[in-house]
Amino acid sequence: MTAIDATHTAYMPSSHADPTAFVRRADGLCELDLMVSGASCAACIARIETGLREDERVENARLNLSTGRLALTWRGEAEAARELINKLGAIGYPATPYEPEADSDPQMVEEKRLLRAMAVAGFAMANVMLLSVAVWSGVGEMSAAMESLMHRISALIVLPAAAYAGQPFFRSAWQALKHRHVNMDVPISLAVFLACGLSVYETFIGHGDTYYDAAVMLLFFLLIGRFLDMRLRAKASQAARGLAAMQAASANRVLPDGRIEAIPAREVVAGDHLLLAAGDRVPVDARVVEGEGELDGSLVTGETAPVAATPGARLFSGMLNLDAKLVVEAIADRDNSLLSEITRLVEAGEQSRSRYVRLADRAAKLYVPIVHSLAALTLVGWLLILGEPRPAIINAIAVLIITCPCALALAVPAVQVVASGRLYRDGVLVKSGDALERMANIDTIVFDKTGTLTEGRPRLVDAGEISSEALDLAARLARTSRHPLSRAVADAAGMGETADRVTETPGGGLQGQVDGVSVRFGSARWLGLESGADPHSEAWLWVDGQEPVRFRFEDQLRAEARRTVKAFKQRGCRVILLSGDRKIPVDHIAGQLGIELAFSELKPQDKIAKLQDMKADGLKVCMVGDGINDAPALAAADVSISMASAAEISQAASDFVLQGDRLDKAVTAAIVSRGAKSRVMENFGLAVVYNMIAVPLAVGGFVTPLIAAIAMSASSILVTLNALRLAR
Amino acid sequence: MSMLLWMIPIALMMGFLGLVGFMWSLKSGQYDDLDGAAQRILMDDDAPLGEAKPQADE
Repeated sequence: MTAIDATHTAYMPSSHADPTAFVRRADGLCELDLMVSGASCAACIARIETGLREDERVENARLNLSTGRLALTWRGEAEAARELINKLGAIGYPATPYEPEADSDPQMVEEKRLLRAMAVAGFAMANVMLLSVAVWSGVGEMSAAMESLMHRISALIVLPAAAYAGQPFFRSAWQALKHRHVNMDVPISLAVFLACGLSVYETFIGHGDTYYDAAVMLLFFLLIGRFLDMRLRAKASQAARGLAAMQAASANRVLPDGRIEAIPAREVVAGDHLLLAAGDRVPVDARVVEGEGELDGSLVTGETAPVAATPGARLFSGMLNLDAKLVVEAIADRDNSLLSEITRLVEAGEQSRSRYVRLADRAAKLYVPIVHSLAALTLVGWLLILGEPRPAIINAIAVLIITCPCALALAVPAVQVVASGRLYRDGVLVKSGDALERMANIDTIVFDKTGTLTEGRPRLVDAGEISSEALDLAARLARTSRHPLSRAVADAAGMGETADRVTETPGGGLQGQVDGVSVRFGSARWLGLESGADPHSEAWLWVDGQEPVRFRFEDQLRAEARRTVKAFKQRGCRVILLSGDRKIPVDHIAGQLGIELAFSELKPQDKIAKLQDMKADGLKVCMVGDGINDAPALAAADVSISMASAAEISQAASDFVLQGDRLDKAVTAAIVSRGAKSRVMENFGLAVVYNMIAVPLAVGGFVTPLIAAIAMSASSILVTLNALRLAR
Repeated sequence: MSMLLWMIPIALMMGFLGLVGFMWSLKSGQYDDLDGAAQRILMDDDAPLGEAKPQADE
């Protein structure tokens, strides 16, 4: 249990976030949204909901299993929140407060709109197909009047349906044309417009074939592709939001009358006095007013050595208070803290990344001019041959309809949905579809050291050389403390008893009584001893009347780090280490892993500069990192990966998030991305083959509405089936 | 053939009813928690007689 605790609490300020800060009040009722972890089945729902309703005050508790969110309403005091969360924890479902986003989430609105458009298109397609099949199979038997009636009914269904369901494409095509470039939606919109226009003409003035079914079928298939794309993005961002909510931060403000009030961290203003208990993360940049102690800044600077805090010392948001109770004065609000500068750098990086042109758009750039000139040639050719405009126009429109990039538009999203679904099962969160494309192209992978290649916390290295009595004594003291070195000792010793009357001296060590004997465990300086010569972190055990014992600690490599580095090398990637830590530990780690190129003592700006140099050399760089100091580099790289334990901002800046902190999942991400790319290419190939068969038919004037319907649906199904092969 | 004049509108009307039904279910949030809905059907929420406690539901 100790081991698990140590891993999690070190990174989860959430367990200390005060839930009362997130309670909303509405007519006498308190409302709170919680993220519940571990709920996965009917029994979980029942246990959580009935468990909470046993409490007399609880009015309603409803768990959404898909998102893991629990909506809770109760009567009475907001302070009951903590009690209810404790109760959830006791049942076995740890919960953290969640800041709900505004009700009208643009992504949700867009998703529903697409779903409605798809429903309308599906309805219209099914009903028009019913009429069209009757017309096709009734050739020669059906009277002209009946046929005309069928066409009129089709027009009645399709025209409003296309006007409604086609809007996502029309809007996007119009936007593209306004900015003087073309995307896939331009030929789509053109084909739908012309198919409808031609059909209306033929229905009311002419007497030939109509393409109502083709127009609406096109829209239906394309909307499926569009919807899959949207769903993928929504799912990823929802999961990312969930991760962010896990870190919902609160702060304890000291009021002038000495009372302490819990508030959300974003409500802190410069000048506020904040109380920082041991284990709290610094919510905003601040200056120490009272108290002395040490803080863990590894997530902020990448350096593992603790930062000393004395009155007047400056603290950065994101640092973790290790041992002492501090009173600090905020010197900036949350938006102007160190985080804000990092955020600006991240945004700059993301802008450069948004210049990446998606494969589908590159295909469209090639595709659109070819198709449009083919249609124009068909028009001119038939005009010259027959000398009358009607058949020439009909054939040119047939070319546009049949080449409409149905399969092409489905090719990419179908593959990306399948690929990211598979990665999700493997514990890799994909933030966007084009991340897969960028990941497939990488030839260089850059790792951060602390927290990425290493576990980001010290471990006892010489447990074997220390007598078990000494380890036991040290552990009895260490189990009472949150200091990383104490944690390491407690982990090495396992579960056990604690010493009596333990006191902790911030920046010094622990002191207590074991069987009436005074025992001290702490730094050499505090104990008045000579510190060791080697560069390891150390702590000493001092027992009255005995030789002091030295404990050595080291930030250890992740178990899978070596395997991961090797796997990337085998796949032809250059591996590089960029770290903010000092040169000796960085070179040591690089040597252990066989990484030839390692840079140390880099500031966030230096990391960006290094990455930009590599990009300027034509390398495609993937960055793997976790700290706040890595966030700008993560955004500047071509593609980036972060850990689930990483700082919130790093997760936001990266394309992939590795769940469960398994570094080797980065290899899985690379393999699946490459697989996805070859599937996409195959799909493009299929689309080309389809066009090579269909286009000559259309140019030659042999395409009937029946052939168009079969060809379009067959190619779409083929492309989807090919994408599904990736799921295995 | 005059039968068709009845049948086509009836078929269309039925299709349209289906569409309206879907729109309604979408709007009333029935797709918000697909996993939960699948699991909730397995929940045994019958309490023994006499101990039944009013459930505070939506």
